[in-house]
Amino acid sequence: MKNASIAIRNLLRNRRRSVTTLLAMIVGALAVLLFGGFSHMVKNGLETGFVRNSGHLQIQHRGYYLFGSGNPAAYGIHDYARIMEQVKADPQLAPMLTVVTPILQMGGIAGNFAAERSKTVFTTGYVVADQNRLHEWNDYRFPVKPRYSALTDSSPDAAVIGLGVARILELCAPLNIADCPLPQDTSASGGARMPADIAALTGSEPANRPQEQTRLELLVATAEGLPNVGELHVLKAESQAIKELDDVYVAMHLASAQQLVFGRQPHQVTAIILQLQHTDQIPAARERLQQLLDREFGDDKLEIQDFGALNPMYGQTITFFDTIFTFIALLIGVIVLFTVGNTMSTAVVERTVEIGTLRAMGLRRSGVRNLFVLEGVLLGLGGAVLGVAASIGAAALINHAGLYWTPPGRVERVPFTLDVAGANSLLVGCAVGLTIVAALSAWLPARRAARLNIVEALRHV
Amino acid sequence: MNPVVLTNVNKSYRLDAVRVPALRDITLEVRPDRFTVLCGPSGSGKTTLLNLMGCIDRPDSGAIVVANQPVAALSDDALSDFRARNFGFIFQNFNLIPVLSAFENIEYPLRLAGMAPEHRLHRVRELLEAVGLADRADHLPGQLSGGQRQRVAIARALAPAPKLILADEPTANLDTQTGAAIIALMRKMQREQHLSVVFSSHDPNVLAEADDAVFIQDGAITAIERRANRAEAQS
Repeated sequence: MKNASIAIRNLLRNRRRSVTTLLAMIVGALAVLLFGGFSHMVKNGLETGFVRNSGHLQIQHRGYYLFGSGNPAAYGIHDYARIMEQVKADPQLAPMLTVVTPILQMGGIAGNFAAERSKTVFTTGYVVADQNRLHEWNDYRFPVKPRYSALTDSSPDAAVIGLGVARILELCAPLNIADCPLPQDTSASGGARMPADIAALTGSEPANRPQEQTRLELLVATAEGLPNVGELHVLKAESQAIKELDDVYVAMHLASAQQLVFGRQPHQVTAIILQLQHTDQIPAARERLQQLLDREFGDDKLEIQDFGALNPMYGQTITFFDTIFTFIALLIGVIVLFTVGNTMSTAVVERTVEIGTLRAMGLRRSGVRNLFVLEGVLLGLGGAVLGVAASIGAAALINHAGLYWTPPGRVERVPFTLDVAGANSLLVGCAVGLTIVAALSAWLPARRAARLNIVEALRHV
Repeated sequence: MNPVVLTNVNKSYRLDAVRVPALRDITLEVRPDRFTVLCGPSGSGKTTLLNLMGCIDRPDSGAIVVANQPVAALSDDALSDFRARNFGFIFQNFNLIPVLSAFENIEYPLRLAGMAPEHRLHRVRELLEAVGLADRADHLPGQLSGGQRQRVAIARALAPAPKLILADEPTANLDTQTGAAIIALMRKMQREQHLSVVFSSHDPNVLAEADDAVFIQDGAITAIERRANRAEAQS
């Protein structure tokens, strides 16, 4: 305790130098923590977006993820209703679950006969009420309202399409979409005229058909491999943030999608989405779910895909941000290393006679070394505490500044917030890291001080 | 038991490529309970001899025995502990720790010696009284005059009750009157506490106070004058 008191007094002895060193550490902590808070927010935002769309776990037919995308006939789950019942009734799984819902995804061709346009699309059929509940997941308490499906309370033939689909099928005008250009040259446009034989399936010739402004025809392959066309009423075109998805996205009611693909045959789905209360429940939920499927549905060739596998972009984004964070932290660490090292080296030179005196009085080398290392540690602790406090304050100011932005992969603007105060591991890690770096910086000058020749130290001018 | 015995001690320093002899074939017994003065001009080797006696430097050759303990074989840590127990140092520039108060400066060697807090408190107060600075206990060195600082340094040297006090020209940076007061104080305490003090100086006033005077010139002892212990003579 006395050593700590002496170390603090020595640090206060040259206030300007100590304050300059502390400032360097505070700025370093600000850089690390504010970027860490930003990175945290982006990660949580992405996770929230993905969990709202695809849940934490999905039960799929074996091979669907790798080979069966858009092929419900070959990779459908026929016993899905019973599986969902069993999952919801399981005493271990039930407390973890927020939503269990089926979806059906399939490829097809969408056509707007009024404009004589068609486009290959990727269609998802879902249960609207469940989809809305999926979108209510907000474990990180983002200050945004859930984005409910435009299919809510709509007729069974209703559909929502991507902005790209609307543009290519020339549905922008009927849907009142601004900034949606028409093709200058129809031969170069993304869409293609629907072949006459396919058009014939709709039962009417385009030229003779009265224009129904927001109608589109969706051509899919049935479970028997035959073409089937359904007529959908487009309620809305929504941006999907990613152009490739925007250009193929069609969403409709699950029952209608099943009717289109399976007709009078037993209806199937391509996946059962399980959304959990918290993301960290994935391992436990997955293990229990696997046991359940093995025991009750062993013959159904089912497999479980988790959140990470379903959304590889999430992992890539996390890695990207972690790499930048590591780079910034290393850079700051090196700056702090040199700053504290320089401060302590100067202190050793200034206190050479004092070191000689202490050694003459009987202080061991280790005692001298510990004294200077302790000063470095205290400097580091001071910088860490002030840096953390400054970062929390700066983050609070930014969070209350009313800033908005559109995160990558999202459509809607969200408040720009930095999650610093809640990121305990980040705060503790930064504080401990700064203290350790400061201690390491002080160690070399401290070692030099401890090894000083006593006689030469006493003679030092 | 003689507090320090040096036998055929040699010491030289390297100055660039040249070795400069500092002490040559020094053989000396410092007698207990004596005020011994090392006397000689600047550069004669007084400080080097004090450093060797105080075990803060090692000789090139020869033997040094402190309180019957040969010190050559002691490790650096053992020598540090040995110094803490056996020596008190008084420096020309006082060398007080600037961030510690007078009280804390005196207390520091007691901490090194591992003395219990309540004993430390008593001992420091006793010493502050003895050097006349009881009312300056909380003052930092920068708030004290030169004479007061040296009094604190004397109290600090006496604190662990060492076997030998080594003082390297402690009056050199003081005015004549203050210097004389410091010598008087040291002499008084040496007598009262039966200390062995080795004092380096070329001040005739200091030499006049010596029980034993050791004359050094060019790194060699030219004469040793053993005078009667004045305390004994008086008794």
